[in-house]
Amino acid sequence: MSDRVYAKDAGWKDMVAGGYIPQAGNAEEYSVAGWRIVHPVRDDDACIDCLFCWVYCPDNAVYVENESVIGLGFDLEHCKGCGICAAVCPKDCIKMEEGSMPAEDE
Amino acid sequence: MGVRQPLEGNNAVAEAMRQINPDVVAAYPITPSTEIVQTFAKFVADGLVDTNFVAVESEHSAMSACTAAAAAGGRVMNVTSANGLALMWEILYITASLRQPVVLTVVNRALSGNINIHCDHSDAMGARDAGWLQLFGEDAQEAYDNLFQAVAIAEREDVRLPVMSCLDGFLVSHSYELVEVEDDDALRDWVGPYKPRMPLLDINNPYTMGPLDLWDYYIEHKRSQWDAYPDAKQAVIEEGQRFGETFGRSYGLMECVELDDAELVVMAMGSTAGTCKDVVADLREQGVKAGLLKLRCFRPFPAPEIVEVLKGAKALAVLDRAASFGAATAPLFSETVSALYSHGVHAPALNIIYGLGGREIRPEDIVGVFDDLKAIAKSGQPSDPVKWIGVRE
Repeated sequence: MSDRVYAKDAGWKDMVAGGYIPQAGNAEEYSVAGWRIVHPVRDDDACIDCLFCWVYCPDNAVYVENESVIGLGFDLEHCKGCGICAAVCPKDCIKMEEGSMPAEDE
Repeated sequence: MGVRQPLEGNNAVAEAMRQINPDVVAAYPITPSTEIVQTFAKFVADGLVDTNFVAVESEHSAMSACTAAAAAGGRVMNVTSANGLALMWEILYITASLRQPVVLTVVNRALSGNINIHCDHSDAMGARDAGWLQLFGEDAQEAYDNLFQAVAIAEREDVRLPVMSCLDGFLVSHSYELVEVEDDDALRDWVGPYKPRMPLLDINNPYTMGPLDLWDYYIEHKRSQWDAYPDAKQAVIEEGQRFGETFGRSYGLMECVELDDAELVVMAMGSTAGTCKDVVADLREQGVKAGLLKLRCFRPFPAPEIVEVLKGAKALAVLDRAASFGAATAPLFSETVSALYSHGVHAPALNIIYGLGGREIRPEDIVGVFDDLKAIAKSGQPSDPVKWIGVRE
């Protein structure tokens, strides 16, 4: 954890009144990996780089570089496993697989 | 200098809003507060105020827009009653939790069902846990004066909490009284400019408001919010004094009538307190040591201050213009007795439930309550802690 978030043992007197978060964008440091019961896996050979998954992902959890997602996978710290990417994929090349993480990572 | 004008309670509130000239009003009309919204909307249309009036499609939207406008950095006001307040319920908590100083006039009216448009306090009592400060005015003058103080209290840097300014539906809202209307400039000077704390439109200092907040920090935030209310109570006292210094009418957490040596004490909020004042004066002439505690500030609940003025009473009746269904007693009584008990004072106490849905309360009803208190002072305990009055058997 960085100084962009409260310390784990921060007390109530340390809180900003109103519960505001003055450190912009620190949701990046909050892992929601544990929320998932399924995770997305893309078949990069079938992918046509239409970027629908990147556009529709509500959590900015689809990696993209130079207008391409192929070979980059997903941000599994912020993907909640909602399956929207799989639902909108016109080539049906994203599958939601059982478990919060790929088997080799568990 | 002020000018005495005959005004309905609602028009006095609308006039106060014109003088305050808030940045945003997002309101949805509902009886008996409709007149305030329509009168203020005319002020906007006539260019008498600079307010951005947002015509919304419901009270839920009204309070959402108000909370958001306050978060953006505006001075924001709103008006509602009864079912309208109930529809705001979800957002009321958010306004207070985000420490946004929105000021809401609540013209008190009974909640459904059945549908009733007349006065009781069930609407405000239903919102008592939301984190808003709640001031109750007795008459049109107080409703007028309270609104300026509500803005000043809410916006203080040591408070930053929303305030409800309550007045009794129809009994005050639609009754003409002589109201001392103060000078526009004097009032604007008294209220002063608003300096928002951490407004969302400060794009150079971006931050997040109202994020997901789970088991890891939520309770710390709530504990932090809890700590704001003692300061808010002090602000109610100080702004009431400051108002008196400028305009000659001072206010506090409560008004004590003949309490110094009172043995039989009645406690009430709103217009009924005015009826009680007359009865107390009559009983004093007859040699009865009667007194009245008119509570003005229900939130924050001034527990030690109430105990201090009630500790000498031989019997106490707390008048609730609301019922809390399923509870043993009604809200004002419950909180008052809880305050007394936790400070070691155990006066015999009776909870009177009255006036629901606009049922009239007359001086003879209050005399009857004092008769009950005489009996309780002797017996040491009412046979039943709750008594409904003004209801047909």
